[in-house]
Amino acid sequence: MRSLTKPTRRDFLKIAGTSAGGLFIGFNMFSCDSPKVEVLSTEEVLAQAKNFNSYLSISPSGDVVIYSPNPELGQNIKTSFPMVVAEELDADWEKVRVLQANLDTEKYDRQLTGGSGAMPHSWERLRKAGATAKYVLVAAAAKTWNVPAEEITVDKGIISHKGSGKSGHFGEFVTEAASISAPEEVKLKDKKDFKIIGTAVKNVDAKEMYTGKPLFGLDFQREGMLHAMVQRAPFGMKIKSVDDGAARGVNGVKDVVTFGNSVAVVGDKTWPLLKAKKLLKINYEPDGKVESTSDHDEIFRDLIANGKAEERRKDGNVDQAFRTAAQVVTAEYQCPFLAHSPMEPENFFAHVKGDKCELIGPTQTPDRARQTAAGILGIPAENVSVEITRLGGGFGRRLRADFVEEAVHISKAVNAPVKVVWDREDELTGGAYRPAVRYRFEAALDESGTMIGYKLRGVGMNAGNSTREHNFPSGAVDNLLIESVNYESSITTNAWRAPITNFLAYAEQSFLDEVALAAGKDPVYFRLELLNRAKSNPVGELGYDVDRMIGVVKAAAEKSNWGKNSNVKQGFSVYYSHRSYVAQVADIEMEGGSPTLKKITAVTDCGMVINPTGANHQVRGGIVDGMGHAMFTNLTFDNGIPKQKNFDSYRLIRMKEVPEIETHFLDTGFDPTGLGEPALPPTGGAIANAIFAATGRRLRSQPFIEQSEFSDIKLDIRRA
Amino acid sequence: MATYNLKVNGKSHQVDVDDDTPLLWVLRDHIGLVGTKFSCGIAQCGACTVHINGNATFSCMTPISSVGKSEIVTIEGLSQDGDHPVQKAWEEVDVAQCGYCQAGQIMQAAAFLKENPSPSMEEIDNAMNRNLCRCGTYHKIREAVALAAKNN
Repeated sequence: MRSLTKPTRRDFLKIAGTSAGGLFIGFNMFSCDSPKVEVLSTEEVLAQAKNFNSYLSISPSGDVVIYSPNPELGQNIKTSFPMVVAEELDADWEKVRVLQANLDTEKYDRQLTGGSGAMPHSWERLRKAGATAKYVLVAAAAKTWNVPAEEITVDKGIISHKGSGKSGHFGEFVTEAASISAPEEVKLKDKKDFKIIGTAVKNVDAKEMYTGKPLFGLDFQREGMLHAMVQRAPFGMKIKSVDDGAARGVNGVKDVVTFGNSVAVVGDKTWPLLKAKKLLKINYEPDGKVESTSDHDEIFRDLIANGKAEERRKDGNVDQAFRTAAQVVTAEYQCPFLAHSPMEPENFFAHVKGDKCELIGPTQTPDRARQTAAGILGIPAENVSVEITRLGGGFGRRLRADFVEEAVHISKAVNAPVKVVWDREDELTGGAYRPAVRYRFEAALDESGTMIGYKLRGVGMNAGNSTREHNFPSGAVDNLLIESVNYESSITTNAWRAPITNFLAYAEQSFLDEVALAAGKDPVYFRLELLNRAKSNPVGELGYDVDRMIGVVKAAAEKSNWGKNSNVKQGFSVYYSHRSYVAQVADIEMEGGSPTLKKITAVTDCGMVINPTGANHQVRGGIVDGMGHAMFTNLTFDNGIPKQKNFDSYRLIRMKEVPEIETHFLDTGFDPTGLGEPALPPTGGAIANAIFAATGRRLRSQPFIEQSEFSDIKLDIRRA
Repeated sequence: MATYNLKVNGKSHQVDVDDDTPLLWVLRDHIGLVGTKFSCGIAQCGACTVHINGNATFSCMTPISSVGKSEIVTIEGLSQDGDHPVQKAWEEVDVAQCGYCQAGQIMQAAAFLKENPSPSMEEIDNAMNRNLCRCGTYHKIREAVALAAKNN
């Protein structure tokens, strides 16, 4: 067998020009004038696979290699995407191998991880990729056996024809299949015939993760590669002078590079750089607003009262509703800044070579990494390659490319391959946080306890629109006003798992609990009353499906035995975000006079569940995440510098602090939607409402443990 | 700089490093064993957990000068083929989300179960509380430790 070369673009198009937007069958046609079929071993296909960057290849031995285009950060996409392809292909999952694809914007679209959007975006595409491959294989078998394709069946990678008694595995037909042209539209399977989708397929990287193989960006090594660590300026400050004498004196430091508002120490190994970075003497001077948390509290108070607001939605006559109300309920809610704190700190490899650049590392947005590098270097984007490693968490932080920027600048400056590594302090002080936001809610109730008016005003620090104006309860209230005020802070902010809704849902669901109480109605009954109103006689635009929302509310009430046991104090919460619906109930039991959080019950409607293990992971993980940050975590600032610099003061939830979590999924027949985010938003509200039910204390700010209302409550958290 | 002779996963290694270099960075940068993870650097998260003479130890705060002739075992050396009962339980339960902390979790669990082969759930919680998982796989970790105990 001859050595292989990368296919030319023309040849690639010939192979990939199908309706599925990319199909490659791995006995490739190479860069010669007439397409040439070459039979390769599985290992050769695997060795070449990264160059092809299509959805799948099949070796003559019948092994199926499926490429996963989107970055994997724990949302399990590297397992669930290939499941969809393999399902339509009718492959034998035991013979499927999964590879992370490199960035290739011509072969894949939306090659990023964010917004819980990958599965809804790619569902059809992945199915078509698998179905198209099956089509050409079946056609090849029909031609070989001289039988009608319609009489052929496929199961677990075996193609069979009952009439003639013939059968063979995929690999036997790959050569013939290369000559078959695929149709524009292929027939997809009936969902009831799914065999792989809906089963608990195990994580495809399990073995590598559990044996310590180099999978993550931080694990990447290359001969001649240098390491770099960067000291960044406090928010609102710029460098005045740098004294790097002591840092340069550290054994193992090769260079110190100043670029923009940052100073990098560069060397062969990491430890000397960790020491050297601390020895940099950098003087800063103000370059804009230098803010502290106390300033923010004042700014919030002022802007809630007097800020110039953008009107996001207005229904009916709000002023009149509040004038004629029998009762008005008003409350304000506030959350702090949060860092993303993925367990793997930010890092990236860059090698600038003349007018080319090689990037390797953990990114949620590989194309943004490429565009960023191209912009810095002034070279065409196609001169930049991006290889995606596994991500040790992301939570939105790796949507940014600041660490890529640093790697590119430093590689260029020292003319060598460089891996930039952040330490935990960099991660917590390096910016791009979940913004701090404050909300003011007002509700007008009539004599019968019906909510006739609703007002929400959000003020966010660089939060953009801090509301979701077409979400519940919009559509269920005659007179409604939703406004947003944005404050421009020098502290950088960024999407953080379930952007905006990660706190808005908590605030809104806690406030609705306050309104239900004022109306004298059961919290679940109150929400259903509003939802029934939105269903029967909606006001204005609805950004959510009322029936699906009612579905999870009713199911959560039923599964949690809502209101059935007077010993159990319960809190309810429901939220729609990222195309999925999640309702949660938190149970607190009084044990020995003190409240104990025992359980959270979650009901999710994310359409069809691709992988029950993955779905459970995302729902439970989202709940643990939402709970931990609502209860414990705070990032505060002193003159532009975060006070919490590591996990000793920046408190994350631990093993002993999670209650039992019971998950349920509703099969509503809809196509699958993403789950990376939707389970997080409702959690804080469910817990806060349960704490209220148990103690009478209403928690309107996070984190709970730092609120005076919570100071004398000893909340135990215990699992059965 | 000084020369240190280390025993890692049954093999001898010689490294020239400063006395204060944490074992974590010797493993990762000098010996090329990157399964042991860096995350907090101050012994708060457990991603860097290794075994030193059988004890679960945070390697990020263990200076190389303190290691001496101790037997060091990392995730790469926990078993020959990834078939340690704890690794098998982790696969069976399908514990990981992002997976970054899991090598440290496995090393913590393996040392714990050697000390306490039949733990109660509360004892599992206490032992595993030292290790952070940002993805929130705690339920699965707990389940896997219990399964490993049961299977062994």
